[in-house]
Amino acid sequence: MTNVNMEMIPETTGRKRRGPLAEVLFRLRKSPLAMFGLVVILLLAFLAIFADVLAPYPYQKQHLQHMFEGPSAEFWLGTDEFGRDILSRLIYGARVSLQVGFIAVGIALFVGGMLGAVAGYYGGRIDNVIMRVMDVLLSIPQTLLAIAIAAALGPGLFNMMIAVGISAVPNYARIVRGSVLSIRGMEFIEAARSVGSSDMRIILKHIIPNSMAPIIVQSTLGVASAILNAAGLSFIGLGIQPPFPEWGAMLSGGRQYIRDFPHLTLYPGLAIMVTILALNFLGDGLRDALDPKLKR
Amino acid sequence: MEQANRNERDLLLDIRDLTIQYRTDNGVVHAVGGLNLQLGRGESLGLVGETGAGKTTTALGIMGLIPSPPGVVTSGQIFFEGEDLLTKSETEMRDVRGGKIAMIFQDPMTSLNPVMTVDRQIAEMIRLHRNVSDAESLTLAGDMLELVGIRRERMHDYPHQFSGGMKQRVVIAIALACDPGLLIADEPTTALDVTIQAQVLELMKRLKIQFNASMILITHDLGIVADICDKVAIMYAGRVVEYADKRALYTHPLHPYTIGLFNSVPDLDEDREELAVIPGLMPDPMDLPTGCTFHPRCEMAVEDCAKLRPEMAELEPGHFVACPVRARMLGAAQGR
Repeated sequence: MTNVNMEMIPETTGRKRRGPLAEVLFRLRKSPLAMFGLVVILLLAFLAIFADVLAPYPYQKQHLQHMFEGPSAEFWLGTDEFGRDILSRLIYGARVSLQVGFIAVGIALFVGGMLGAVAGYYGGRIDNVIMRVMDVLLSIPQTLLAIAIAAALGPGLFNMMIAVGISAVPNYARIVRGSVLSIRGMEFIEAARSVGSSDMRIILKHIIPNSMAPIIVQSTLGVASAILNAAGLSFIGLGIQPPFPEWGAMLSGGRQYIRDFPHLTLYPGLAIMVTILALNFLGDGLRDALDPKLKR
Repeated sequence: MEQANRNERDLLLDIRDLTIQYRTDNGVVHAVGGLNLQLGRGESLGLVGETGAGKTTTALGIMGLIPSPPGVVTSGQIFFEGEDLLTKSETEMRDVRGGKIAMIFQDPMTSLNPVMTVDRQIAEMIRLHRNVSDAESLTLAGDMLELVGIRRERMHDYPHQFSGGMKQRVVIAIALACDPGLLIADEPTTALDVTIQAQVLELMKRLKIQFNASMILITHDLGIVADICDKVAIMYAGRVVEYADKRALYTHPLHPYTIGLFNSVPDLDEDREELAVIPGLMPDPMDLPTGCTFHPRCEMAVEDCAKLRPEMAELEPGHFVACPVRARMLGAAQGR
């Protein structure tokens, strides 16, 4: 019945009524590089989702009479040492890379975000304990940490996500803590407490939504580094296991033939590069779009 | 006499000997020291004092929102509807906040969440204290907006789409959404310009009567107090120095500090080069003067003022003053 009431209210005429998301998209459209990044990422996502339909061959199908072939009408990007179609493998590889990128960042964001929010909101000893642990993790180079975790957990897609995710946790904890600290002191938080909100509610409904801007930017850029990290892990054999194609693993496999057949490494390398570049462009564009000071 | 005979049950709020300190690395700040204050049902009390007199700390103390650390309530009781708020658990206090005591903050620009639409912010209050569905709470939020004079179709707007005065109206709508018994308004109009001030005050006055709420209005503007309040308490350095009916206090203030305050109010008809001031500065709250905290600035101070801490005494019916010198003067006048 209440809905009926709402619907009866006429929309205000003429005034722009945009939610925060629409506002950001509107501003993002003004940056061609960011739009390029967004389009590339969406395209990759499309390829990854519909890989079964779009890839010309199954990724593990070996054409033994077509080994090491260069690009041709039959194999658009050539074939590898087992005569497998590189294009098909790249398309399936996008699946892994995007999955690892987004899920690893999701893990890092969830764990790091919670730790950072709690540390920033409560402060004092809790803050000290959490952040010192994060400092210890930060003192280990991220790649090394990921290698250590991956080695401990064993190879495989899921373990790789966890390894890459955990190694990125401290970054997110720091960023979230920073923005929580700056928002915690604002008057509307005190106002929220004065209406009887619990701490958890204040963190989830008032603080986190207000600290989204830097988190979104960092996450977008973080997906790029997660993909790179995952490729690195696969390159040294701790990630995805053959025959499933992963861009880093493809680089690693083609490495021995790089002098005679550079296209084995060239295309996966290019794929990684374009993806990272696109994510970085998008991240930079989002940073500008989300910065209220740059409002035009 | 009326004050003394007042039934205990008529009292909504009874603060006894409240002492609040901020313990910092540089020393202990005595924000509120032994404050006594009573408020009856339906009354509005103006809490007047300079910056740093402890007005806001008192308000936060009532709400149980003293930032801790460094703030500590070292002694005292705050009886609200007969129950001591200081002994309540955090969970119980959450029901009191908003549900029974609501607060209006000073700056409407910063006291609304910038990324939440205003109806959601009003609905949050309703959802926390009433057993209603999400959709119902939003409808009620719209009703509250209309009550404070904002058109219903603006309920889905964000705070930045409102002007300062309208934001303060939203804040008032939030505060009154759950029909609180006591409304604490902490300088509700300081951040607004004068014409909007008048509108907001008028609105508060009307809604206070409509909701039958008691109100504590914190301000340093004696004009606002004269407009809305029934009772006035003058605070100085963490203590109430004079408490009286509005009319009594405005027609014949008794405490030297209050007299000084009234003398400092510029008069439109009078042509003066300089404003009248009370000599000296507010004392350092980390190092309060002994005895009466006002004695170093007081023109009537005698030797004893530096030694004895003055107690509140009822010099006239319902007119309490913490100044023995004035008490003696008045007693002498009456005994004559």
